[in-house]
Amino acid sequence: MASRYPVISDADAESITRVEELAYELRIEEVMTTNVFTLSPEMTMKAALDSFQKERISGAPVKLGDTLVGLLSIEDLIRCLRDGRIDLTVADYMSDKLITINTFDPVVEALRLFVKTKVGRLPVLDSNKKLAGILTKGDITNGLLKALQRDYQAEELIRYRASHLFEDINSDRTSLILRYNIKKDDFTHGGAASNHIKKALLRLGADPQTARRCGIAVYEAEMNLIIHTDKGGTLRIEIEPHKITMEAYDEGPGIDDVEKAMQPGYSTATEKVREMGFGAGMGLVNIKRCVNEMKLISSKERGTNLFMVMHLDRQVTNQQSYGENK
Amino acid sequence: MNLQEIIDNLHLKLLTRENDFYSINVESGYASDLLSCVMTGAKSRGVWITLMSHSNIIAVASLLDLSAIIITENAMPDEDTIAKANDEGIVLLLSIHPTFQIVGQLWEMGLRGT
Repeated sequence: MASRYPVISDADAESITRVEELAYELRIEEVMTTNVFTLSPEMTMKAALDSFQKERISGAPVKLGDTLVGLLSIEDLIRCLRDGRIDLTVADYMSDKLITINTFDPVVEALRLFVKTKVGRLPVLDSNKKLAGILTKGDITNGLLKALQRDYQAEELIRYRASHLFEDINSDRTSLILRYNIKKDDFTHGGAASNHIKKALLRLGADPQTARRCGIAVYEAEMNLIIHTDKGGTLRIEIEPHKITMEAYDEGPGIDDVEKAMQPGYSTATEKVREMGFGAGMGLVNIKRCVNEMKLISSKERGTNLFMVMHLDRQVTNQQSYGENK
Repeated sequence: MNLQEIIDNLHLKLLTRENDFYSINVESGYASDLLSCVMTGAKSRGVWITLMSHSNIIAVASLLDLSAIIITENAMPDEDTIAKANDEGIVLLLSIHPTFQIVGQLWEMGLRGT
């Protein structure tokens, strides 16, 4: 099937949307050229031509004292050369119908103006209506590229810092603990904690397969807290260089029969919860499949405690422990 | 096959942001309305066909790195769900047809690898 669009990779697609965001975030003053070379209206066109050549520019604002009075572009110069009148003044050839932009406008405003008016450069005015700089499409491209570079470096830095966290800190046993409070019946945020945990693991340098398996296991535990507890519960994830320990605990009501709860297809979910696609009776089974070790302890008095461990240092065979009823 | 071919052939309605779906390669599919079964059965980068349209499907698709969710029988998700999908980069597609028909059509297109 022939492609209607040029092929864009996922990474490209991401940066496109970021560029769009940046066009709204960045202000004109962040991307414009300051220290603008200006002309005066009484200069001869010959002098203007010489300075364009010397400064290697193709247009310049024209100022009378402090006030912007016009803009001279290379097109005006060509028009003048065709007339053979380089003895005339800048005031004779400059365009004085000025399209300007403000320092505090977002970059997207300039993009709109460039498309609408087809001008090549926009004089930039500050809040006192004084010339503060000049803006070309090239300035915008440069500004966006620099901002993207900053973004990229910031993310790289976070990733670098995160993945070196354990190497940089000396202790007999270093670990990072993440805690999430999960509310009962909060289906709107269901899966949010698991997604955060998965992303944190990726940032810390876990391989995608491990992050995915931990994500799935914690998701099931998270949904159990939302669906089955009296008051919700807590997810506690302890990350160490050699293993990830995931715990979900709550204060009740406890599981009647842990053995039964571990059977595939067994569920105590209500009709309402089942209508949302939960209650397949596969949650605990899924967890067991994803992690290296699993332990489920439950009692009417103390509620339920689910331990899940993922080993990272070497390929550990899936030792699965069984639930025990206390 | 790529996601654009699937969208075109099955006349799916795109609910999330436009993207270059030609570059998204789909090699597997999974159909179920039970989220835990999807957790077990769906492969990453696959498409998931379901009648479910509430916001929890986004968390599942995101955890599994699915390419797209095809919601069947015109079960329109609410705005929050669509916004969440855009945030997580999950593609939501809508069909008026039932799951059975969508799966059949995908199979006929040559999609296997469940």
